[in-house]
Amino acid sequence: MDKNIIYVDHAATTYVKPEVFEKMKPYFTELFGNPSSIYALGRESRKAVENARSEIAFCLGAHPTEIYFTASGTEADNWAIKGAAYANIKKGRHLITSAIEHHAVLHCFGFLEKEGFEVTYLPVDEKGFVNPDDLKKAIKPDTTLVSIMFANNEIGTIQPIKELAAIAREKGVLFHTDAVQAMGNIDVKVNDLGVDLLSMSAHKFYGPKGVGALYIRKGVRINNFMHGGAQERNKRAGTENVAGVIGMAAALKFAYENLEEYNRHLRKLSDRLIDSVMERIPYVRLNGDREKRLPGNVNLSFQFIEGESLLLMLDMKGIQASSGSACTSGSLDPSHVLLAIGLSHETAHGSLRITFGERNTEEEVDYIVENLVEIVGKLRQMSPLYEDFVRKSGK
Amino acid sequence: MLGVIYMYSEKVMDHFMNPRNVGEIENADGVGQVGNAKCGDIMKMYLKIENDVIVDAKFKTFGCGAAVATSSIATELIKGKTVEEALKVTNKAVVEALDGLPPAKLHCSVLAEEAVAAAIADYRRRHGYDNENDHQCPGCCRRCETEPAE
Repeated sequence: MDKNIIYVDHAATTYVKPEVFEKMKPYFTELFGNPSSIYALGRESRKAVENARSEIAFCLGAHPTEIYFTASGTEADNWAIKGAAYANIKKGRHLITSAIEHHAVLHCFGFLEKEGFEVTYLPVDEKGFVNPDDLKKAIKPDTTLVSIMFANNEIGTIQPIKELAAIAREKGVLFHTDAVQAMGNIDVKVNDLGVDLLSMSAHKFYGPKGVGALYIRKGVRINNFMHGGAQERNKRAGTENVAGVIGMAAALKFAYENLEEYNRHLRKLSDRLIDSVMERIPYVRLNGDREKRLPGNVNLSFQFIEGESLLLMLDMKGIQASSGSACTSGSLDPSHVLLAIGLSHETAHGSLRITFGERNTEEEVDYIVENLVEIVGKLRQMSPLYEDFVRKSGK
Repeated sequence: MLGVIYMYSEKVMDHFMNPRNVGEIENADGVGQVGNAKCGDIMKMYLKIENDVIVDAKFKTFGCGAAVATSSIATELIKGKTVEEALKVTNKAVVEALDGLPPAKLHCSVLAEEAVAAAIADYRRRHGYDNENDHQCPGCCRRCETEPAE
């Protein structure tokens, strides 16, 4: 990466680790066989794919036959949700999810509503937590699926998944979790958590884009999403993305082996950023919980200014981050997550999300803070809202 | 978060990074504010008018890159013009002066035109004109994206 660039948008995507890339390379040009082919070259690919499956299963504490490869985290979400809803349609048409899910989950439920399903969207508190009591109250005899994300991509809030899954299990309802942001950051073990379905995506933990996985607990039946060839034990058609799958397994293995150190590294950076900003810039709020949050995630709302202009100015200084403002979401409304935790539109528009990664340093944090102080000051000088505020407080 | 794919022209970036005429005018002859926090764009325009000529214009904006750029260039376009001439500065002129805007940002140019109109309406109101039939901008309705620009 260009030395003048400070990339702090790891929640959006990560680079492929060089070691991971090395493992993938042979499968593009030399060991390019189709895993379903009967000859040696095919069997090589088959071996590699099944090896990758075992590695991923081992990380999760699952059985290899419970791991299914997809083309993305989005596909894993679509399959889990639509597959579970339709497989259990005779039992009922009521589904439950949360208000802060990623669009890959939310829009599935929106689609199912149009198809005649009834969906309950559980609210969250001001830190972004789902209340287990709310879930308990929402489950009805005709509820067939609960889907709650493990860790939120915008504000980093980590849900009490074990508790929530237990509630669903007790009532005989399937529990799915979108763990796309959690994988690589949290020690996820499916049997400890008690989940039935779990989605992941490689490009969030230093693996390649274009590959994900769905964990399906043994004994759980969901409809197919992809029909066609017999791949993935007839459950998910399509020739396996061999190189991608190998990359995903290598990246996940590395993540699990270095989880504690990685967490410590990220936590140091986020704490430094949050503490410095709170000390030097007034009228800022941290969105999400300080403790039960993804270690590298920082989401701040700067009062009186707007997110896109903040991002543009940061980009001019080589800092690449993201925001929850409407301008960056492509709609008139700012992030649904920020609105769900109770922020006003104005405050939500002025938000900045920074997500650290392996290569970020404390020097970079300091550089970001210096520039934030300058940029926020400049934007506030330009803002009619700040002008009104200053006048009203009689400064 | 979904990203909107767009490219800002050099002129837009210039007006965003080095906005002209940021500030307030004490004892301004006309002040207008349009937009609302809900849609994420607010523009405030101050005018100093002598003998019906806009001798100075300043602005403050809460909004994205395009919002800052359109309000900045709007102040440049109306300075030195008569009130009548300034009212004829359309959003189309604003967009042209900036060498174009991405379709998703066209509404910012409309807002800039409305800000000028609001400031002038305020000036006229102070001088006894009847403004009852003037259009009041409630905020961003994005109509310009579905209707052809004038």
